Amino acid sequence: MPSFREAARIGALALLGFAVTPNAQADTIFVSNEKSNTVSVVDGGKLEVVATIKVGRRPRGITFNEDMTQIFVCVGDDNRIDVIDVATRKVVDRLPSGPDPELFVLDPQGHRLYVANEDDNMVSVVDIATKKIVGEIQVGVEPEGMGVSPDGKLLVNTSETTNMAHFIDTESHKIIDNVLVDARPRVAQFSGDGRFVWVSSEVGGTVSVIDAASRKVVHKITFAVQGVPRESIQPVGIQLTSDGQRAFVALGPANRVAEIDARTYEVKRYHLVGQRVWNLALSPDEKRLYTTNGVSNDMSVMDLERGRVVKSISVGGAPWGVIVKP
Amino acid sequence: MRVATLLTVAVVFLLGSPAWGADLAADPMVVRIGYLTRAEEPRIPQTFLEPVSEDEGVQGARLAIADNNTTGRFLGQRFELVEATVPEDGRVEDAVRDLAGQGIRLLVADLKEDALLAAAAAPEAGGMLIFNTRAPDDDLRNERCRANLLHLTPSRRMQADALAQYLASRKWMNWLLVVGRTPQDAAYADAIRAAAKRYRARIVEEKRWAFEDANRRVDTGHVTVQSEILTFTQGAEHDVLVVADEADGFGEYLLYQTWLPRPVVGTHGLVPTAWSRVHEQWGATQIHSRFERQAGRWMRPRDYTAWMAVRAVGEAATRTRSADPEALAAFVRGPDFALPAFKGQGLTFRDWDGQLRQPVLLAGPRVLVSVSPQPGYLHQFSELDTLGDDRPESRCRIR
Repeated sequence: MPSFREAARIGALALLGFAVTPNAQADTIFVSNEKSNTVSVVDGGKLEVVATIKVGRRPRGITFNEDMTQIFVCVGDDNRIDVIDVATRKVVDRLPSGPDPELFVLDPQGHRLYVANEDDNMVSVVDIATKKIVGEIQVGVEPEGMGVSPDGKLLVNTSETTNMAHFIDTESHKIIDNVLVDARPRVAQFSGDGRFVWVSSEVGGTVSVIDAASRKVVHKITFAVQGVPRESIQPVGIQLTSDGQRAFVALGPANRVAEIDARTYEVKRYHLVGQRVWNLALSPDEKRLYTTNGVSNDMSVMDLERGRVVKSISVGGAPWGVIVKP
Repeated sequence: MRVATLLTVAVVFLLGSPAWGADLAADPMVVRIGYLTRAEEPRIPQTFLEPVSEDEGVQGARLAIADNNTTGRFLGQRFELVEATVPEDGRVEDAVRDLAGQGIRLLVADLKEDALLAAAAAPEAGGMLIFNTRAPDDDLRNERCRANLLHLTPSRRMQADALAQYLASRKWMNWLLVVGRTPQDAAYADAIRAAAKRYRARIVEEKRWAFEDANRRVDTGHVTVQSEILTFTQGAEHDVLVVADEADGFGEYLLYQTWLPRPVVGTHGLVPTAWSRVHEQWGATQIHSRFERQAGRWMRPRDYTAWMAVRAVGEAATRTRSADPEALAAFVRGPDFALPAFKGQGLTFRDWDGQLRQPVLLAGPRVLVSVSPQPGYLHQFSELDTLGDDRPESRCRIR
């Protein structure tokens, strides 16, 4: 629970909405709301919710197709993936996913989705064109995070109870290595050059940076926020800027986003956002960072040039995933 | 119910599919974990909605073995559960000797207090680490504590503190305490009194449940209950009725039958507990569905604590890459150990009494009501230490 002072700050930030830079932002932001079974559509210029799309039950993982004309949403309680048409903002199709899909990643060629089946110790490979599951890969207990290398050859899946990052060859669907990380790994994110994979450990409270070639942990990032108990620092979402300079990590119930120098791994600042911040998305021009705050039911908008949060926008119940279209 | 006449010892190999590919070492390290319980009459719940089960506890241990093996296959480790059931009139010391003879040094004990102490005091138990997954008794963490025991089950005092924090946060400070007739109920009531003192609540009146526990199926049905409880619960004004009925003999009948319209909390109604089917936060959904697929019923607190014990060993084996029981026991007791167990944070053992720190659920009959510690109960080391015996209060002297 945030203090009253924190709550007041969050409220004050909401009032600062008028101060948002006018220059940018024809972005459209899409947020999956785990509790209300919807996807909120937010106009990046007005910073307002402009549409709400009804989807299946418990939407979490959300991603675009290759040309950004469609959105795929994992609807875990319905054991499928819903397909949203971006232009009409309607669910137009569905894909198989295997049981209880939570997170997934699109291969860089845009043909396949790699889906973590949380309930079944399995990663399913879904062929988008034929709408068929074309492969199943046995992984550790409670698979969760999914990352794919920029060349599409290497897939990384994290398993929450096994506490590993599984490195999978996308050609053979075989596990080539397993890297032990701290407790309850959530998100796996490749660096833009494909050399490193960043893995957040929610219960361990750390981020492991793994060398993708040697599969060794080259650095473990730890966090400390004044006045926040250590157990409340629970890293989940990760975003890396394309120039490889900066990284952002969502710290869950610490209600903060850590800003990290991606070269030295030094934590530079902690930005106060909404309650229980889950996931993050950079705007395509990388001038803004959007966060989903699961407990306060809102999205924070961070202006990265000014280095601060400029607005909180109420979305649906328990916002979880976020993606941005230019 | 099958009553064993001899000590039955079964070795259960729970391995997944053999097709693990190149990542499996040719000759895996094997970690063997003992599971000791005693044959007994099954618990008959008052509600007809809950099944009578004879495999409480061991199903959780078996699931954790399967989970450990899923992880172990990536590291060339294999886990085996060696299950032993002592007959109702048998000696647990004999079972401990037998398990020690099979090389068991890590033992999950699904035993009540006296049997647990007998097992822990067996000569062969000196070299063992024993995980208490059943006995909530506060004296096991204090005067009767033992160096070779770790407690996965939250103590009665932790449960009572968890409840009291919630009641205090609601300002429901006047309690009517109804206590059953067993020594366990008296111990539960002691913990409730201690929690009332700690959180400055008042026990306005205590009543002892004096009626005969009846068969849950009787043709006279609800009529007797309705008249009995109405008169029984008359008395001083109170905010909540706290019931101490661990054996589930009568507590269920108190709800909605009281003289004043007051909520029932304690062993019935709003229940502080390690685990409940109503809990679905922090990934708990996944373990429920794995468990229900395996056991064909809901996971109970004894299953959950046994799961945690076997997973604690698994976690130690993963982190140390070892199968040596000494190394595993040292890691579990050491500063780097933390067990993720669907409670939103890593769980660790208190070094002063061997109790696992853990958030305690406050479960309603149909949904989760809250989780303690409640916001605002602060502590200089860990907020979890606001539940149960904190270091300065501990009367455990031999650890």
